[in-house]
Amino acid sequence: MPDEPKHIVSSFEADLKKLRDMIAAMGGLVERAVAEASAALLNHDPEIASRVIENDAAIDAEQHKIEQFAVRLLALRQPVADDLRQVVQALKVVNDLERIGDYAANIAKRSIVISQVATNFPLAGLGQMAHLVQQNLKASIDTVGESDPQKAIQVWRADQMVDDLYNTIFRELITYMMEDARNISTCTHLMFVAKNLERIGDHTTNIAELTYYAITGENLPDFRPKGDHTATYIHTAPN
Amino acid sequence: MEIARRNMPPETALPAALHQAPGAEARVSIRDLNFYYGETHALKNVSIEFPDRQTTAMIGPSGCGKSTLLRVLNRMYDLYPGQRAEGEVLMGGENILAPGIDLNRLRSRVGMVFQKPTPFPKSIYENVLFGVRLHEKLSKAAAAERVEWALTRAALWNEVKDRLNSSAIGLSGGQQQRLCIARSIAVRPDVLLLDEPTSALDPISTLKIEELIDELKRDFCIVIVTHNMQQAGRCADQVAFFYLGELVEVGASSQIFTAPRERKTQEYITGRFG
Repeated sequence: MPDEPKHIVSSFEADLKKLRDMIAAMGGLVERAVAEASAALLNHDPEIASRVIENDAAIDAEQHKIEQFAVRLLALRQPVADDLRQVVQALKVVNDLERIGDYAANIAKRSIVISQVATNFPLAGLGQMAHLVQQNLKASIDTVGESDPQKAIQVWRADQMVDDLYNTIFRELITYMMEDARNISTCTHLMFVAKNLERIGDHTTNIAELTYYAITGENLPDFRPKGDHTATYIHTAPN
Repeated sequence: MEIARRNMPPETALPAALHQAPGAEARVSIRDLNFYYGETHALKNVSIEFPDRQTTAMIGPSGCGKSTLLRVLNRMYDLYPGQRAEGEVLMGGENILAPGIDLNRLRSRVGMVFQKPTPFPKSIYENVLFGVRLHEKLSKAAAAERVEWALTRAALWNEVKDRLNSSAIGLSGGQQQRLCIARSIAVRPDVLLLDEPTSALDPISTLKIEELIDELKRDFCIVIVTHNMQQAGRCADQVAFFYLGELVEVGASSQIFTAPRERKTQEYITGRFG
């Protein structure tokens, strides 16, 4: 962690810093992917969407680079204690980041379809959700390599708002589909977009949990209060 | 019961009083131990337990008191004027720091292996029996049986059984160290102290000694001093970190090496000071 005394072996110190920098760089790519995918959706811009889809390969490549570097650190430095936890965190965080990249690419793909069929559909709710998700994602990537566990807890808690918005949008889209069956195709795409954003939020909390573990050596409890069960609700019509 | 558990030859039954603690109870309990080299206060209020049939590793920078603690456990310091220990070291319920303790008997209960192998310029056979002969009178057959038992436990029997009368000096470094372990366990101690037992050995010999430690801890309470963190992690159930004569932290090795509680421990094991 940055506020600790320096490692006696300065090249090890440099390796750990490099690992943090690589994650920050990959985090930057992923943040941009989510931001551009959201912009593509909200502005009906297939050009930006195509760029997000193309750039996903770069995110995957970054993941492999970091994994290889972390494995090399494990093999050659045999880190222990907080150093070990940092390397373990890196190995897991890159997985979350890679998944977030995939979700962003998926949003971009769907945004292309949506831009072709329904440019007049209200997207304010999704816009708000995308904004919040991006904010949390940035905060959670910023916590990696930091030494304040409270920041990680804040990010972890902030996902509740994303879940609430997801439930609201889910209900809203169901309403549109019930109103007019011709909306079903577009709304299904939008529902997947909302779901993708919600999943990005979950991976964002994973990153915060991993940061908390790297700093403290302890796990956050595996539950956050969940208020709404809309998404898992099964409606049975009365006889 | 005790004899079967310790896999001892039948005629070498132990006095019951020496082996009271069944299970993983503390074999050695140290309470508020202070040690002085003249004016120098080398151990400060150390309290720690070494559980039976477990390995405890003591780590810490040079001069932190690890070796001093080992020297207290067999009262080696008695040989030097001006050195004194205060507090309590209970071994099988008996305070070994108390005046009137039989030092010869104590030292037969605490085996010690040093950093460099210390074979005597005698045959392998005589090396193993060297300590035994100070404490026991064995028949020829019993002695041979004891030698085979100790060498087998020390994972050396197969390598030397055909040349027991050759000089121990002709053995390789790793073999010599295992011979020293055989010599220590031949007197059937309660506690086996290993002071950096592999620091002079090549990696394969080191692994053999580590495998041996794993094997021996089924029967003994083992305390190992090591400067090799990975070794402490591999061998020990419990790790104790000492710094400037104080016991900073003691815990399960899995805890110490993944999430130490104390900042000082963390800085030491990750190589940030020491």
